Amino acid sequence: MTVELGHFALVLALALSIVQAVLPVLGARRNDERMMAVAVPAAFTVFALIALSFVALTTAYVLSDFSVQNVFENSHSQKPLLYKFTGVWGNHEGSMLLWVLILSFFSALVAFFGNNLPPALKANVLGVQAWIGSAFLLFIVATSNPFTRINPAPIEGQDLNPILQDIGLAIHPPMLYLGYVGFSVCFSFAVAALIDGRIDAAWARWVRPWALTAWLFLTGGIAMGSYWAYYELGWGGWWFWDPVENASFMPWLAGTALLHSALVMEKRSALKIWTILLAILTFSLSLLGTFLVRSGVLTSVHTFATDPGRGLFILAILVLFIGGSLALFAWRAQTLEPGGLFQPISREGALVFNNLFLTTAAATVLIGTLYPLLLESLTGEKISVGAPFFNLTFGPLMLPLLAAVPFGPLLAWKRGDILAVAQRLMAAFFIALIAVGLVLYQTSASGVLAAFGIGLAVWLMLGAITDLVLKTGFGKTSASTAFQRLVGLPRSVFGTTLAHFALGVTLLGIVAVSTFATESVLVMKPGDTIAAGGYTLRFDRTESVKSSNYTEDQGHFTVLNSSGTEVTVLLSSKRFFPVRKMQTTEAGIKTFWFSQLYVSLGDAAKDGGVVVRVWWKPLVTLIWLGGVAMMGGGCLSLFDRRLRIGAPAKAKLSKARATA
Amino acid sequence: MTRKQKRLSVIGGGLLVLGVAAALVLFALQQKIAFFRMPSDIQATDMQSESRFRLGGLVEKGTVVRGEGAKVSFAVTDHIKSVPVTFEGILPDLFREDQGVVIEGRFTPGGAFVADSVLAKHDENYMPKEVADSLKAKGVWQGEAKQQ
Repeated sequence: MTVELGHFALVLALALSIVQAVLPVLGARRNDERMMAVAVPAAFTVFALIALSFVALTTAYVLSDFSVQNVFENSHSQKPLLYKFTGVWGNHEGSMLLWVLILSFFSALVAFFGNNLPPALKANVLGVQAWIGSAFLLFIVATSNPFTRINPAPIEGQDLNPILQDIGLAIHPPMLYLGYVGFSVCFSFAVAALIDGRIDAAWARWVRPWALTAWLFLTGGIAMGSYWAYYELGWGGWWFWDPVENASFMPWLAGTALLHSALVMEKRSALKIWTILLAILTFSLSLLGTFLVRSGVLTSVHTFATDPGRGLFILAILVLFIGGSLALFAWRAQTLEPGGLFQPISREGALVFNNLFLTTAAATVLIGTLYPLLLESLTGEKISVGAPFFNLTFGPLMLPLLAAVPFGPLLAWKRGDILAVAQRLMAAFFIALIAVGLVLYQTSASGVLAAFGIGLAVWLMLGAITDLVLKTGFGKTSASTAFQRLVGLPRSVFGTTLAHFALGVTLLGIVAVSTFATESVLVMKPGDTIAAGGYTLRFDRTESVKSSNYTEDQGHFTVLNSSGTEVTVLLSSKRFFPVRKMQTTEAGIKTFWFSQLYVSLGDAAKDGGVVVRVWWKPLVTLIWLGGVAMMGGGCLSLFDRRLRIGAPAKAKLSKARATA
Repeated sequence: MTRKQKRLSVIGGGLLVLGVAAALVLFALQQKIAFFRMPSDIQATDMQSESRFRLGGLVEKGTVVRGEGAKVSFAVTDHIKSVPVTFEGILPDLFREDQGVVIEGRFTPGGAFVADSVLAKHDENYMPKEVADSLKAKGVWQGEAKQQ
């Protein structure tokens, strides 16, 4: 019954979504307030209906209702409760339902917080949101219905893919989707502006909070996905340049560019048309990501089921939305009033530099991701484009961008003085040089690349701090004045500083782990030891343990420090899941400060030992901590007074005056 | 600077970055990609070339020999030809005889393949897509890979 209710709610949501897609947009054209007013309640109701449908599916999972095909294929009565919840989106149908749930959630948020938007813009934005929503709801109802029943109902389910039975599934997909789908709001604002034919600095002020929200969730989703792959797959890698990873990374790059260009538009009313284009491109890349991951053209852990009908359907949605919005852009962009020009050496110029490199980098990732697919469909030749390609193309593009980051916030708007800024950054520059020298000295000049990488990371971190020091006048005025100024700074300044600092932190982690990590593969018998990163790892014993839905071969290790004292124990294991006949590696990981000891078990060797792979990963956690700090920076900016969603005091006043 | 010069300097800078990026991409697409081959597709020129290859196929039954330490040797076959492979490291969880694998590495002059990575798919379908497609194309596909 609940299941049918969920199915029914989903169909209702589709019907209402089509109403929301048509009436408000028509109303905006005809200046009919009553038609426009449909948008808000419709957005709330669609969200409520999809949420109801999602709850219905979740209920079926928690109760292990195997008469529902989706539950039968992806759940098991013995599965721990947490994975019954998260298993809802651990499959194609459920994850698409989560996708539209989040889309409708964002529409409802726009409806809720959009009181200060001009009515026509709001109606158009919610209308465009509903176009996207209708397309994907139709996709779910027509090709990926999660509520299909099977008769007779099986006694037991087929269990969830063991790789997905992890806390990561609770965090990574919802966060990533909040990011992916969040950019739909920016897209809708861009399309609404094009339909309206009007755009001004206020548009950027409305869009920026949405772009920031989406961006910070996408950042978190990518960082979480990377850490999950790192500890779950047991290969110790944190980024593989896998097409599916690229699919999430491209919108991130474009979204980062969008954040920065919207800043120029808001402050200086320039780069308007470019910002609109970026908003369209960012969400187009999100859609492309959804297509690549969900259609089955790629093989990866994210591809749940391959059904050519689904792939074609998503491809059609993709072509319709990307093609349609770009055509609209080509048609309407000239009618928008162009923004002002500015000096190349200025804050605006620096942000253009940022945009140029970020979008070019996104383009190289796009080529590297799509080229193999194109080549195969055109010539049949199968190639793989992996890390070597991206290191050569993406890497060189990031270097000038990262080197330029500290300059940006220090340059003045309109007309900047690059020499004065360079002078202010001298201290940071010299300390970074010292860091380069120290690393060269430590590695006896063998790690040239590593030295410069670490120098660049130090430069980024100190450059971010320099900005804060200069803005407070620390060292030039009394400490109390500096402190007062620090407290008085807008939160967005801290946001920028923290996010740029975090970029340095992540870079430091990447450079350290890719140049100084050590790896050993060896056969160990109980009592054997191996040195790794200043510690010694001793293999103690193996043990077999049975758990609710798997059996586990555990390897017990002890970590000793340089003086031979026992520091901690470490457990690394291989699990066998009988229902799916699958084996997974559960790496044993111990964190020491920011570095990690990573141990994964292989097969039994013929002489009675076990193959063990031991890594020392120096500063590896900085990669993800940097990501978390970037999110923190995004949050700080989001809660800046100027951008706080809801009506800012000044706008209310002027509105009141206008109506009086 | 005049308006026109400003505009030109921005456009010129942009084109320069795009040009460099395009050059890098073209160079990387020539040098840094790995070609996918099935054992029976391998040409004599492949064996002599320095390029990296991805070799796809099935792990031939009875050929997996665990050597000293973490060394493993096995043969990859497409039921037409087979290629001997050596690898040192931990094999993925889903590696087993008669299942699909994709391995990446280089040929030695003697015609053996030295792998530096072995990929078996990390989800429930044991057959990597490239391998399944190629086996179908060669007419040696033996039904759907075991699911569940």
